[in-house]
Amino acid sequence: MTTIKTPRARRPRKTGRRHPLASVALIAIGLLFTGGAYVAFSSSTAVATTDASSQQTIAQGEKLFAANCATCHGLSAQGSSEGPSLIGVGAASVDFQVGTGRMPMQMQGPQAQKKPVQFTAEQTAALAAYVASLAPGPGIPAAELLDAAGDAATGAELFRINCAMCHNVAGAGGALTEGKFAPAIENVSAQHIYEAMITGPQNMPVFNDMNISPEDKRDIITYLKYVEDNPSPGGLALGSLGPVAEGLFIWIFGLGAIVALTVWITAKSN
Amino acid sequence: MTTIITRESAEDQGVGVKKAGGFTASAANYIDERTSISGAVKELGRKIFPDHWSFLLGEVALYSFVIILLSGSFLTFFFQASMAEVVYNGSYAPLKGIPMSAAMSSTMDISFDVRGGLLMRQVHHWAALLFVAAIGLHMLRIYFTGAFRKPRELNWVIGFILFILAMAEGFTGYSLPDDLLSGNGLRIIDGLIKGIPVVGTWVSFLLFGGEFPGTDIVGRLYSLHILLLPAIIVALIAMHLLFVVVHKHTQYPAAGHTNQNVVGYPVLPVYAAKAGGFFFIVFGVVMLIASLFTINPIWNYGPYDPSPVSAGTQPDWYIGFADGAMRLIPTGWEFVWLNHTYSLNILVVLIVVGLFIVTVMVYPFIEAWITGDKREHHVLDRPRNAPTRTAIGAAGVTFYASLWAAASSDIMATHFHLTMEGVIHTLQATTLLGPFLAFFIAKRVCLALQKKDREIVLHGYESGRIVRLPGGEFVEVHQPVDEYERWKLVSYSDFKPLMLRPNAQGKIGPAEKVRAGLSRWFFEDRITPVTQAELNQAHGDHPAEITDK
Repeated sequence: MTTIKTPRARRPRKTGRRHPLASVALIAIGLLFTGGAYVAFSSSTAVATTDASSQQTIAQGEKLFAANCATCHGLSAQGSSEGPSLIGVGAASVDFQVGTGRMPMQMQGPQAQKKPVQFTAEQTAALAAYVASLAPGPGIPAAELLDAAGDAATGAELFRINCAMCHNVAGAGGALTEGKFAPAIENVSAQHIYEAMITGPQNMPVFNDMNISPEDKRDIITYLKYVEDNPSPGGLALGSLGPVAEGLFIWIFGLGAIVALTVWITAKSN
Repeated sequence: MTTIITRESAEDQGVGVKKAGGFTASAANYIDERTSISGAVKELGRKIFPDHWSFLLGEVALYSFVIILLSGSFLTFFFQASMAEVVYNGSYAPLKGIPMSAAMSSTMDISFDVRGGLLMRQVHHWAALLFVAAIGLHMLRIYFTGAFRKPRELNWVIGFILFILAMAEGFTGYSLPDDLLSGNGLRIIDGLIKGIPVVGTWVSFLLFGGEFPGTDIVGRLYSLHILLLPAIIVALIAMHLLFVVVHKHTQYPAAGHTNQNVVGYPVLPVYAAKAGGFFFIVFGVVMLIASLFTINPIWNYGPYDPSPVSAGTQPDWYIGFADGAMRLIPTGWEFVWLNHTYSLNILVVLIVVGLFIVTVMVYPFIEAWITGDKREHHVLDRPRNAPTRTAIGAAGVTFYASLWAAASSDIMATHFHLTMEGVIHTLQATTLLGPFLAFFIAKRVCLALQKKDREIVLHGYESGRIVRLPGGEFVEVHQPVDEYERWKLVSYSDFKPLMLRPNAQGKIGPAEKVRAGLSRWFFEDRITPVTQAELNQAHGDHPAEITDK
């Protein structure tokens, strides 16, 4: 049997080498950095982008951008009458819009719609890196926030309070004004859900980290994944659309079956 | 072959005839000697019921109600009609540790921790939807066949009150679980009540025991839902059925069907067996639906909290028309007068929906007054033979359907990729103009069908067989209609517009003028049934081979 060295065993030596004020200094430095980072990106998370932001990736992203996005967003992403400026929207925004196929946009309409994804994951990452390099903005969320292992009950409550008025309590989607709509959140990846919350795509408001903390966002994702992974305990959910689907069902299939049976019962024998 | 049994011949069927010997006979005799029940069996057992699928719709409603009573009793064993706050600690993970009312918590327990509880909840709710839907279809059948005419006007009113009570039952039940959806529904009711001038706020506070939502409403609705409303419904169903027995059942026009007889099967043995078996079929269909399809997933909605409202929040289908009516009202209909806000957006809905309901309820009396028809009617009208009534019905259905559809305006917008505003404006137009269009189309279709019937009676069906006569003339042979069919086509009552006649004082009152005007509107366009003279003349016009068989 091998002996497992626990960190506790090493701790006395470590503390012995440190200056008594080391922990105080460490806390001071930590606070300075947190505060500095907070001031720098006051309203959004600045989760560090991975090595994707190397100069080479950014250059590749710039080329892709010029070829596919610049028509509407401008050659230096400054925006035009056809599309908004992308300076400061961050990598999360690009990853959401391009990663769900919403961008490049198929056609101008009330809002960009989901469609088959046009770029590979690598290309999407390059585009994200390019846009993120223009100005600081919300980054791609860290994996530990996307594991859907938070508290589903808290997430459900937060979802009902913050999201359900547009997306429906079961995430089945809902109508907005002028042909806009809140899409269904079934089969949307945790990363895209998170990114939608921090970037507010289309008509969605931004839920920044002061509004809903990253842990709460993780709980919301946990709830949505719970609904997705667990079929309705009552049987087929009829689209989770509520009483309209139920009423339509009872009139067409319920009463339809009953009327067919009344015809059968009263049919004259041949 | 159909056996046609009239009431007279049913006496020969051996119903209630005692047989000597056998356990059944002696048991029957034992009971009869102590209860004299044979009189009732003799009377009811020989009651004749005509056979037609549409005559079973009322039965469907009745059976759904029985299913609701059975499943509802089960639910009362576990439901707690209390708004006391508890912390949910049942099996459903996404609500664990969430504070909610005891009502919601016990409904969650019924759904997840009581054996068979979720099935019973779903049976109860699906059966409730079916109950009201069956009532609706039954009412449409009654209306379009004119079965509400004398002597059945009062039974129409009773049936209509049952429809209203069924909606009330549905709404009180919808509100009991105290989930988000039911709370949103109650909030709308609260808003409706508060929109009534002067008394609104007082009534709302009285109902909710203070400011909405308070802690009383679930208990109060529960009393109504399981005690008062079902008791009234059971009493009215009893009256409704008693009237059916007293009036005897109506029948469709067909050879040998008159206002003096009823053609069909006696209750015993055929009809009782059919109807009894049909109960189990309806029960089976409801069970099947309830075990396969989710209804009202309260676990998604979560406990009621006045702040969130979910997208796709709608009432159950039968309240949809009222919800839709409110969605159709344009914005900005509130105004302030003498420091009080008047919410026309709510008042107009209450008035229009209220008038619509009352008009449907008293329609038999309106029509009787216009036609001046005091005869008893036991043979139904084919809808085409009462064009104006059918057209009014079509207009009413269009109006109701537009309001009803408006309740799902958001679902239509998302699922058919339309704008919400477009859907609402279209439905506003169909609500206002649709009834007129439907009236016109339905009336013209009825008249056209009547003309077709006349044509068939007079000249038979086109056979497609062209015959050259000896003189060289070509004619198409018409297949004459058989006598049974002809009976159906010609036996309907014809009305003429009322003549304005002065009363005893020699005056013509304004009411009479209105009545005459309405009568003219009702009957000015009409196709009279074919008379014997016309028939003879028509047949005289044609070559002999057409009438000869």
